[in-house]
Amino acid sequence: MDNAGSLMPLFYVLIFPGFAFLVAFGLLVDFFDRKVVARLQNRQGPPWYQPLADMIKLLGKEDIVTDHADRGIVNAIPLFGLAAVAAAFLYVPLWNAAWPFSFTGDIIVIVYLLTIPAFVLVLLGWYSPNPFGSLGTGRVITQLFGYEVPFTLALLTPAIVAQSWRLTDLLTYQATHFWFILTTPIAFYVAVVALVGKLERIPFDIPHAETEIVEGPMTEYTGRKLALLKMMFQTEMVVGSALIAVIFLGGPHLPGVTIPIASPLIGGLIGFIITVVKTLLIVFVLSVIKALFSRLRIEQMVSWCLNWLAIPILVQVLIVVVIASR
Amino acid sequence: MGRITFPIGPQHPALKEPESFRITAEGERVVDVDIRLGYVHRSIEASCIHRNYVRGMYLCERVCGICSHSHNNTFARAVESLLQLEVPRRAKFIRTLVCELERIHSHLLWLGVAAHEVGFDTLFMYVWRDREVVMDMLETISGNRCHYGMSTIGGVKFDLTPEIIAKCKEGLDVLDERTEYYQKVATEEGTFLKRVEGVGILTEQQARDLGAVGPTTRGSNVPYDARRAFPHDAYPEVEFDVITSDLCDVLGRTIVRVLETKQSVSICRQVLDKLPDGDIQVRAKPRVPEGETVVRYEAPRGELIYYMRSDGSDKPARVKVRTPSLANWPAAIAMLEGAYVADVPISIASIDPCMSCTDR
Repeated sequence: MDNAGSLMPLFYVLIFPGFAFLVAFGLLVDFFDRKVVARLQNRQGPPWYQPLADMIKLLGKEDIVTDHADRGIVNAIPLFGLAAVAAAFLYVPLWNAAWPFSFTGDIIVIVYLLTIPAFVLVLLGWYSPNPFGSLGTGRVITQLFGYEVPFTLALLTPAIVAQSWRLTDLLTYQATHFWFILTTPIAFYVAVVALVGKLERIPFDIPHAETEIVEGPMTEYTGRKLALLKMMFQTEMVVGSALIAVIFLGGPHLPGVTIPIASPLIGGLIGFIITVVKTLLIVFVLSVIKALFSRLRIEQMVSWCLNWLAIPILVQVLIVVVIASR
Repeated sequence: MGRITFPIGPQHPALKEPESFRITAEGERVVDVDIRLGYVHRSIEASCIHRNYVRGMYLCERVCGICSHSHNNTFARAVESLLQLEVPRRAKFIRTLVCELERIHSHLLWLGVAAHEVGFDTLFMYVWRDREVVMDMLETISGNRCHYGMSTIGGVKFDLTPEIIAKCKEGLDVLDERTEYYQKVATEEGTFLKRVEGVGILTEQQARDLGAVGPTTRGSNVPYDARRAFPHDAYPEVEFDVITSDLCDVLGRTIVRVLETKQSVSICRQVLDKLPDGDIQVRAKPRVPEGETVVRYEAPRGELIYYMRSDGSDKPARVKVRTPSLANWPAAIAMLEGAYVADVPISIASIDPCMSCTDR
């Protein structure tokens, strides 16, 4: 028992719900996204194993580091980004409110860890001698000003309502009251749109707009390291979507479905399936956004974000604070 | 902010063919553009003088993969004008039909590419799917999707049967409806408008001074169309409008192209309705009498000019092709000065550049 107990954290971190599960879920979400976008664009779309096949192909490709690049940094950055996202995933409660990794303030830690992929891109461009990388880096930083603050505020609004900085408390609050999508709808809208900016998807895929600056900071990446970067984006999408599903859509809670307390395994399984479905729902919204719009210019993006993300979320916070103080 | 010089091309995702632009930018603003042409030079003009007229005609068709019939037909018309040969009326109508189908196919292709340049891939996929309708029609008529080999010296190669005419009319109905829809999308979709409105400005004066041609100049409110200015084939017998726009930006050029597609559909219908009976080809002598000629045609991208000189043998003494893309490059450079880096691809694309045409 002692032995198994000491191995459990390792199992959590590496297999489930940790790294291995996250990567598998990332591949599933990638497939789901590609298929939905393809069907919306009147195309057939890839078979289910396509993201995995792409990953295996990339892992087997030649790994090139350009002459003027800093070898140590170039090798370390993709791992750094992936590790940050994988760490963030551990704190997202997937099946019930008794989440083993939960602590007060975990919501802040997740927001912090989810900022790292943007800085990974900045570092990539910074240490690359490629002009597309430099242009892309400038765009990543500029874009960061557009979405980062609204994203953080949008995730913290429910925390203000529930008066707790702990994700599991938010779950309990939603199970006993309403989901936050109903009580703070503006925050939900801002969170989803800011997530599009964070994931750098159309219409905010400006830092790696392929017809303008090729792949931006990632232009010179190949093989293993590119695979890790792709994995970082896939998993970031999982974490971002799951986070919004937990904070705004009640996570494992579904009205009418009572989770049997007597059997934690079955209860956990039901909660888990509900959370996964809700996550895919968020991904579906992201896919529809991707199919509907064209790419904005960087200065259009920032001014749009100020008008349509920053101001609404401030209004939302104000409403919440005023109501809470009464 | 420091200056960055970066290359767009010869290999770049925004370009479908190799050509090089060195863009110097300060932050997100373009301060200088250096254009280098010649990556797909194939010596087609020089090769023509080593071949007889018929082989030269098929070679010139391969100047471009999109407007192949323009080159094919204009070459044939140049030789016919040297031979002083009158083409049968039915052949003239069939030539016009293929010309206009090709224009539809080229403009739809352009709309898809333009949408892709601003990251609007959904429109790109939709337009290219519907472009298949016109590709299928061209395949039904000529047997080929790209290089039709339709015109020959003295007429056309393939006749239209009643079944083909019926099929074409069906296809035209679909195209008419879809073009209507794309006109709506291209002029109403918010994010697309944000990327094309006020982008790539080319004033009317600039368009005239820099000698821009085709939809590029008509998008700057210059009502010049070689089909109207130098009528040939069946153009004198059909009704069509010369579309212009006074917006002078990429949106103006988009509107011109979409409305021209609708005009082309209407021309095709008129041609099919008025199609006369008779032969489709007359015999032409292989030897061409001494002389020189200039023939103009409004290709999908603009005015195409063929100059041909004959020394009385069965081979031309000189063939000079002035393609519309070549005439439009100065206008493209003018659009880029002071633009955003993000607008460079769509500005270049807005002249519908054909690198193969440019370099020949």
